[in-house]
This record gives sequence, C-alpha cells and structure tokens, in this order.
Amino acid sequence: MGIIKAVKLCFDYMKYGEDDSKIEKVRAIDDVTLDIKKGDFIAILGHNGSGKSTLAKHMNALLVPTEGTMWVDEIDTSGEEEIWKIRQKAGMVFQNPDNQIIGTVVEEDVGFGPENIGVPTDEIWSRVDDSLSRVGMLKHRKKSPNRLSGGQKQRVAIAGVIAMRPECIVMDEPTAMLDPTGRKDVLRTVHELNEKLGITVILITHYMEEVIGADHVFVMDSGHIVMQGTPREIFTEVDKLKKYRLDVPQVTELAYELRKSGIDIPAGILTREELVEALV
Amino acid sequence: MQLELKNVSYTYGKGTVFEVNALSNIDLAIEEGQFIGIIGHTGSGKSTLIQHFNALMEPTEGKVLFEGEDIWGEKYDRRALRSKVGLVFQYPEHQLFETDVLTDVAFGPKNQGLSKEEAEARAREALVQVGFPEKFYGHSPFELSGGQKRRVAIAGVLAMNPKVLILDEPTAGLDPKGRDEILDQISYLHDQRGITIILVSHSMEDVARYADRLIVVNDGRIPYDGTPREVFAHYKELEKIGLAAPQITYIMHDLAAKGLPVDVQATTIEEAKKSILEALAGKGAKR
Ligand SMILES: Nc1ncnc2c1ncn2[C@@H]1O[C@H](COP(=O)(O)OP(=O)(O)OP(=O)(O)O)[C@@H](O)[C@H]1O
Ligand SMILES: Nc1ncnc2c1ncn2[C@@H]1O[C@H](COP(=O)(O)OP(=O)(O)O)[C@@H](O)[C@H]1O
Ligand SMILES: [Mg+2]
Ligand SMILES: [Mg+2]
Repeated sequence: MGIIKAVKLCFDYMKYGEDDSKIEKVRAIDDVTLDIKKGDFIAILGHNGSGKSTLAKHMNALLVPTEGTMWVDEIDTSGEEEIWKIRQKAGMVFQNPDNQIIGTVVEEDVGFGPENIGVPTDEIWSRVDDSLSRVGMLKHRKKSPNRLSGGQKQRVAIAGVIAMRPECIVMDEPTAMLDPTGRKDVLRTVHELNEKLGITVILITHYMEEVIGADHVFVMDSGHIVMQGTPREIFTEVDKLKKYRLDVPQVTELAYELRKSGIDIPAGILTREELVEALV
Repeated sequence: MQLELKNVSYTYGKGTVFEVNALSNIDLAIEEGQFIGIIGHTGSGKSTLIQHFNALMEPTEGKVLFEGEDIWGEKYDRRALRSKVGLVFQYPEHQLFETDVLTDVAFGPKNQGLSKEEAEARAREALVQVGFPEKFYGHSPFELSGGQKRRVAIAGVLAMNPKVLILDEPTAGLDPKGRDEILDQISYLHDQRGITIILVSHSMEDVARYADRLIVVNDGRIPYDGTPREVFAHYKELEKIGLAAPQITYIMHDLAAKGLPVDVQATTIEEAKKSILEALAGKGAKR
C-alpha cells in the first residue's frame, strides 16, 4: 500500500433547501481509486469544480469519505482518534498566501505547528532553522510575514508544513496568486524537498507548465479520475485534454502546431530544450 | 483622454511609523478603448494604482481625472464614477454575500436603480457571458468551487455595464478553458462595445496575447510602458524585478542563438509559428 490510497472513494456535500429541511446532495468525488507511491511527485489537473480540492481535503482528513475508504500511511482517515496523526503526516498548503500565516514573526509562524503537538523547545528551534533554510527563507526569520512577497509567504507556509516532519505535502494551487519569480521559487522549493527529503508531493495546479517535472499526473472530471500517466503521456493527448477544459504547455502547443504544418518533429515535446533540439 | 493620473503618489499610513510609499509620482494617460495589461511583482503597487482609477483610493499627492474632470473635485459624483469604472477585485469571491448567485449578480444593477426584473435580466446576461452554468444560479455563492466563485464576481461587475473595466488578476485559479473563455469574453466586450480594459495579471502569456499596451509597475513607479513586443524585449531587466517574458519569447531566443533566423520579439504562439515556418522555409530544411 502506498502513502495515500483511496478505494472507491465518494463524497457528497449536503445542501439544505430554502425551507431548511430539504436535503440535496452534490456528489463532488465519485468512485475514485488511487494509490500514491511514497516519494512520488504527483500532479492533479482538472477544471473548476471537478473535485480536486475535495479530494485533497481527504488526504489530511479535513473531509472524510461518504462512501469508500481513504488511507494515509495505512491509517484509515475515518477514525476520529487518528486525525492529528494524519494531519502531521500530510500537511496542506493552500492558494491564498495571505490567510494561512498566523504568526506575527516568520519564525514564530513556522514553530507554531510543532509547538502545538508538544515538541520540546530545543527541537522546535532546530526544526524552525532547518525548515526555513530548506525553503531559502532563513534570512527573513525575524520579519513580519506581511512584509513578504506572495511567493515568500508561500515558502513560509511550506516551511510550517515541513517543520511537522510530514511524509507528504498536499498543495492546492500554491502558485495561483504569485508573480513569475514567486511561482518559480515555490516550484523549485517543492522539487528540492521531494528530491532531497523524499517527501511525497501532491500538487494541484491550473498551470500546465508546472506539471512537466511530475512523476505521475491525474486528471479529474466531475469527481472522477479520467486520465492518468506520465506528463508526456498526458500532454500527447491534446484534443482529449481540451475536452476536459485543460490545455498543454505553450511549448507543446507550439510543437503541435508546427507538426500540423508539416514540420518533421516528434510528438509530445514538453520542454524548450526538446523543441530547440528538434528544430535546429 | 478618458483617464489621467497627474503626478500621483500614495503613501499608506501617512504620518505613522508604518509609512509605505506605494506609488511615487505617477503620470499616466489612458485613452478610451485601449486594452491595457499591468504587470509587476507582488507588492509592486498594482492594486494600489488601479484603485485610484475609480476613486476607491484618494492620492496623497497629485490628481486623477476622468474625462477631463478632477474626480476628487468637491461636487464630483464618485458613486456614479464607480459604476462607469467597474473594478473586479483581486479576491472578488470575498465580496460575494447574497443568498444565491443570481441575486448576488443582480445586486449592482439593482443599486443603479433598475427594477428587479431588469436587474435579473442583466444578471443572467452577465452570467452567460462568463460561462457560469445555469443549474447553479440558485446555489449559495459559498458552496461553489473557487473558479465558479470567481466567475460570479466578474459577472457582478459586468452586469453594471461599465465603460472601463478593471480586473485585478481575474484569472488566478481558473482552469485553462475558463481563463480563455473569460479573456476572450473581455476581449469581445472590448472589440464590440469599445470598453476600455485594464487587466492586471501575473500571466505574461495572457497579457502578450490580449493587451495592446503593457504597463510595468515596480516599486511604485512605471519603468516600462509600451506594446508587449517592446516591453518584453527588456526581458532580462524584467527578470530582475520578479517578472519574465512569455515562454514563447525564450524559445525564440534559444532558436536564434542556435542560428535559426527567427523573430526574437515574438510573444504569442501564432507569431512564433509564423516566424519559425518562414525561417525554416528560408533554410530549405526540415520541410
Ligand atoms: N462547501 C461546499 N458545499 C457544497 N458544495 C461544494 C462545496 N465545496 C465544493 N462544492 C462542490 O463540489 C464540487 C467540487 O468542488 P471542488 O472545490 O473540489 O473543485 P475543484 O476541482 O477544487 O475546483 P477549483 O479548480 O475551482 O478549485 C463542485 O461542484 C462544487 O460546487
Ligand atoms: N492596506 C495596506 N496598508 C499598508 N501597506 C499596504 C497596504 N496595502 C498594500 N500595502 C503596501 O503597498 C505596496 C503596494 O502594494 P499593492 O498595491 O497591494 O501591490 P500589488 O498589487 O502589486 O501586489 C506594498 O509595499 C504593500 O505592502
Ligand atoms: Mg479547488
Ligand atoms: Mg495586488
């Protein structure tokens, strides 16, 4: 069993009618089965409302399945007693850099999680040092978070998660509100954590370019997983992706267009280097 | 001139120890019907700048003119200005508050004095324009996914039929199709109704594709102002201030460095494709 495993997972949001009684169900996850290998870098794509965030929230027991089962490191998330253990194993980073930082000083914010679970003081400080240096934010440790750029705030949020020594980090559109440099920095940071510490990464994104370095990609549509494979396998299916309201990276699109015009280059080009190599 | 900023400066927390100079001596003139992209790193001053366009913020120094009139003049009707210059906020979903989607979008036009029926008709039209599914019209705005909320918020401003539409990072969090749909729709409104569009974006690809003028904000000043081709020609300088060129531009530079005579200022897929095909045909290779 992998670090995150779901079998026939379904989830319904309940909607209450105007008279406060009639209950309507919105099925947000519908029969999802997946098994994520420890240490993998996973990307999840899907249109707005396809169920990505709902699925992500199952990965650290913010939500529990209506039907089916979700395991995080072999712990069934539906057992209430284990909830804190699960949240320690799978940390979440959200989209908006402005509302996930609580501390008034960067280092305080990062130490907040470990302190909450009773880590001894010395150990907290060494974790804070280590986490901040991993995300390249050590020199900002004494700053007030509201003096940081969006990308820096996201890296502080990531440091806060790493300070919990998680197995896995689930990121729900962490770069959606960042400028190009912030996006690059955050992405580089998570790739390093994945490579150096072996932390499993689950990245939800609407930027197709950010998926290229992933080991495995899942595509969601109306609560189902409708495609999965390596980035190259996924991005070769241009027409299918567009049907699911998605796209391919610009490089891939340009290569696809050139091929359609009769230029002899291979299908499924993903990077600048590959395209340049193929053309000259 | 539709909108003018004359020597505008803005300082947050003026007179306190927390003073931040967010804008410094900005001079800017915007003509009716332009499609303007505004780019800049987080904290550069973009949101502060655009809130000066519809009198949500009063400059600490300098003047703002709309159609030649000083919008901070004593008798100026700033409420009327705000329905002519519509602003979709950076996190517009925070502004949703009504019990259902349709009522929320109809709120603006109703406030402008339209009847309930007229306001709802406007709301429906706007919701269609942003591609919001009809089956959710009766849902609470709080029970929608992130991208669905964004569409509702944009529809709320569109429903007021503004002359100038300002959007602060409207596509953050939208799926690729949704991003295209909304930008295509904005571009359609621009072409058909001649609405002035001011689009703040972190996507260099999107501004390259849609804007005819790009304004770069850095440290509360405007270091570059020109067509996307002109501005992105400074990509090395842009990288130093948290920005970049569109991905396409980098490919073109790589190809040129390898000796393929392509247009290094191409910023969109169409431009790049055309230029690469021509360069390859010229070399008589790979065809
Ligand atoms: N709190 C809620 N109450 C009721 N329905 C909800 C709630 N949150 C989400 N939904 C519904 O569940 C479905 C899946 O939503 P979810 O937020 O998981 O989508 P998503 O893939 O994360 O979308 P996005 O890309 O816009 O963030 C949608 O139909 C949405 O309207
Ligand atoms: N409400 C506020 N109080 C104090 N300073 C602020 C406030 N809003 C923004 N600032 C500061 O003003 C500068 C410009 O911010 P902003 O206009 O939000 O930039 P952008 O929209 O480009 O990210 C930044 O230094 C920011 O920290
Ligand atoms: Mg989501
Ligand atoms: Mg802003």
